[in-house]
Amino acid sequence: MAKTSYLCWSLLTFLLAFSTQSAEMPLNMTQGVTEISQQVYHLHMKIFYICCAIGVAVFGVMFWSIIHHRKSKGVEPAQFHESTKVELLWTALPVVILILMAIPATQTLIAMEDTSEADVTVLITGSQWKWHYKYMDHKVEYYSLLATPRKQIDNKLKKGDNYLLEVDRPLVIPTGKKVRFLVTSDDVIHSWWVPAFAVKKDANPGFINEAWTKVDHPGVYRGQCAELCGKDHGFMPIVVIAKDQADFDQWIAQEAATQAAAKAEEQKLLSMNMSKEELMALGEKTYMGYCAACHQPTGMGIPGVFPALKGSKMALEDLPGHIDIVLNGKTGTAMQAFAKQLSLSEIAAVITYERNAWDNNTGDLVQAADIAKAQKP
Amino acid sequence: MSTVTTDPHAHAEHEHHHGPAKGLKRWLYTTNHKDIGTLYLLFALTMFFIGGAMAMVIRAELFQPGLQIVQPDFFNQMTTVHGLIMVFGAVMPAFTGLANWLVPMMIGAPDMALPRMNNWSFWILPFAFSILLLSLFMEGGGPGFGWTFYAPLSTTYSSDSTALFVFSVHIMGISSIMGAINVIVTIMNLRAPGMTYMKMPLFVWTWFITAYLLIAVMPVLAGAVTMVLTDKYFGTSFFDAAGGGDPVLFQHIFWFFGHPEVYIMILPAFGIVSSIVPTFARKPLFGYASMVYATSSIALLSFLVWAHHMFTTGMPVFAELFFMYCTMLIAVPTGVKVFNWVATMWRGAMTFEVPMMFALAFIVLFTIGGFSGLMLAITPADFQYHDTYFVVAHFHYVLVTGAIFSIMAAAYYWLPKWTGHMYDETLGQWHFWCSLISVNVLFFPMHFVGLAGMPRRIPDYALQFADFNALISIGGFAFGLSQLLFVWLVVKCIKGGEKATAQVWEGAEGLEWTIPSPAPYHSFTTPPEIK
Repeated sequence: MAKTSYLCWSLLTFLLAFSTQSAEMPLNMTQGVTEISQQVYHLHMKIFYICCAIGVAVFGVMFWSIIHHRKSKGVEPAQFHESTKVELLWTALPVVILILMAIPATQTLIAMEDTSEADVTVLITGSQWKWHYKYMDHKVEYYSLLATPRKQIDNKLKKGDNYLLEVDRPLVIPTGKKVRFLVTSDDVIHSWWVPAFAVKKDANPGFINEAWTKVDHPGVYRGQCAELCGKDHGFMPIVVIAKDQADFDQWIAQEAATQAAAKAEEQKLLSMNMSKEELMALGEKTYMGYCAACHQPTGMGIPGVFPALKGSKMALEDLPGHIDIVLNGKTGTAMQAFAKQLSLSEIAAVITYERNAWDNNTGDLVQAADIAKAQKP
Repeated sequence: MSTVTTDPHAHAEHEHHHGPAKGLKRWLYTTNHKDIGTLYLLFALTMFFIGGAMAMVIRAELFQPGLQIVQPDFFNQMTTVHGLIMVFGAVMPAFTGLANWLVPMMIGAPDMALPRMNNWSFWILPFAFSILLLSLFMEGGGPGFGWTFYAPLSTTYSSDSTALFVFSVHIMGISSIMGAINVIVTIMNLRAPGMTYMKMPLFVWTWFITAYLLIAVMPVLAGAVTMVLTDKYFGTSFFDAAGGGDPVLFQHIFWFFGHPEVYIMILPAFGIVSSIVPTFARKPLFGYASMVYATSSIALLSFLVWAHHMFTTGMPVFAELFFMYCTMLIAVPTGVKVFNWVATMWRGAMTFEVPMMFALAFIVLFTIGGFSGLMLAITPADFQYHDTYFVVAHFHYVLVTGAIFSIMAAAYYWLPKWTGHMYDETLGQWHFWCSLISVNVLFFPMHFVGLAGMPRRIPDYALQFADFNALISIGGFAFGLSQLLFVWLVVKCIKGGEKATAQVWEGAEGLEWTIPSPAPYHSFTTPPEIK
């Protein structure tokens, strides 16, 4: 029968899974790299073993009964049907076991929720579908986006080792320091989860949650968004790099300098005009990174959800409206405000791109200075 | 002419009182509890296959990493509608169908107490689900925010099918509330003389308690969807911080409905298993009274544990501890039930017909679901399990191998009483074993995938999860195909088969086994005597 062949298939695959690639996926919760994650792991194993013991006892009695107390063996059924003593016993015993479980769970939980006396604080903001990191004690902030190429997702390119778990700019934290995370969101609820730290905290729009970690060893740790946040929920990974204090200090100083320089450069650019080729090249890059997830690489959008840009009235005619919506977003919709996400020249370039790509040939060129003007009325 | 002795008018009267009308009208206008029970059960079976087809789409997409068959937007719609259909369209109507068929027969009543409302509560359901299913074809697609429809994903960021989703959930809720009122009124008023509360069969008891849960929480769900509707279309800000609301408030309201809802889907299952195990062990149920008390305790505790679904939303430590302790406490009455079933089997004289096989599988696999539930209750560990496939494994163990296996067990157990024919035992055993093996290939590996870190509700995943997902998908396809055996068996049993006796099962006890098989259109027009 079809079913039997299916079963054979599944068994075969199961065996194959273990023979070829079993080393790849751990079969248990990670022990992680922090004291807390170790505690969580041991708590998990403790409860697991208790459940196994109860299971063996209960199923043992049940299967002993199934094997021996069957009609085909000619047994006469007993007729007993109640015993208050037994009922009390198997009510009280589980309570004792549960108390034994609750004590270590309570201790771990209280330690996990103590976010006081942090050395470094990072504000984590989720938005559809990327993370933003801002170091509260330094002038450093940036977005972190999925780095896996679209072609790998569409099966046109071989998938890399860290498929869907790689980002363009990871979060960097120092080792041996208590790092506090403030977690929030710009749109829907996301959840910031790094299994190796045993940190999973929801990012709620309009509210700030706290969590913390202290990583002892340098390394690269990967996680994902854990709360359904719309279309690309499966495509907003998290990568954290833990560095020694010295390396971290060097990195953050350099990063602060680079960001300051970029801002200065931006001001200078205001007086310069970019060529159409430059604008279109930068615009396409920006569009694919920030806009294509909703409006699609073809500019066609998704009917009923995300409007098309190709041939749209706004992209063809209404230039001030176009600049305004990219800068400030549109409240009540998924359209985000990009003023703080992109540089002036990127915004100028992406608007130029949208007005000239996909047969939108308006010929409009938008420069960084135009954006700056629109920003400060 | 005038010599014809039969009076056609009197004959019609006779028909009207003692037999069903013919054709489509019988089903549209029926107020008979058995007809309505049949309608509910067939509706649930249809929905089981529609929701199952969506699960097949999900498993096909997840068979390999990368996007092959559907786009993420549609994938989200599939997970959402699969959940809604299975919860509100398959499991709940199946239990209501069983209650309709069995409660009057078990308490010695002629029918349900409110037959016209009974008709109405069924016939609005097809409309609710047509609205929900048709919304998938709207521009922008159907609901894609998960069956839990967390705001603001379901408000500001959802497509316009949300309005239809809200309307359809309202209708489902009204249907459930009417069904629940009917069960309560019937049980309170139509018990045969001498049938005191503590003599009622456990299926009646568990449904009695379930009906109260339904009346308590379905209005809460109605409130939640209405607030979603007004937030989206009428400018309110219940769940929007910018207007003074709070998105987490939505989750509190939803899970205040959602957790009792979980028990709505499992308490009747306890009743079914408590009926089947004594029959095939040929020994009275152990601890009848403690079963009643345990069920009531579970129902009461279910109102105190809702926030264990929300440990990661950022609650004060005190609240986390409270909900952790309360949730762990539920293990106590649930454990009592399992111990009682095992004690019922102990020193019985067991046989293993299909209903008993499903009931035994229920006890083992539901208990496994209970164990993972206990693990999930431990807040620090929940931070790692939450929103991963470990959770998916957990609730499919309690809902598929729990609720649905119990419904299968019930169908096999009472089919001879409903149709008057014995079902095909060999075919039934094939159905059981295929289901048992495939369901475990389907759901057991999900525990490992979840522990290894795969989030739920994602259309694509990292490469390390590839082998296990392929295996899970194969289990899923096999489980789906196995259910076709059940349809074949039911059709065969309705068409014919060995004639069933009134008693049907050697060890069966209860009023429904004292009337002939198939059960006459009107049973117990005069109340039976209860010793």
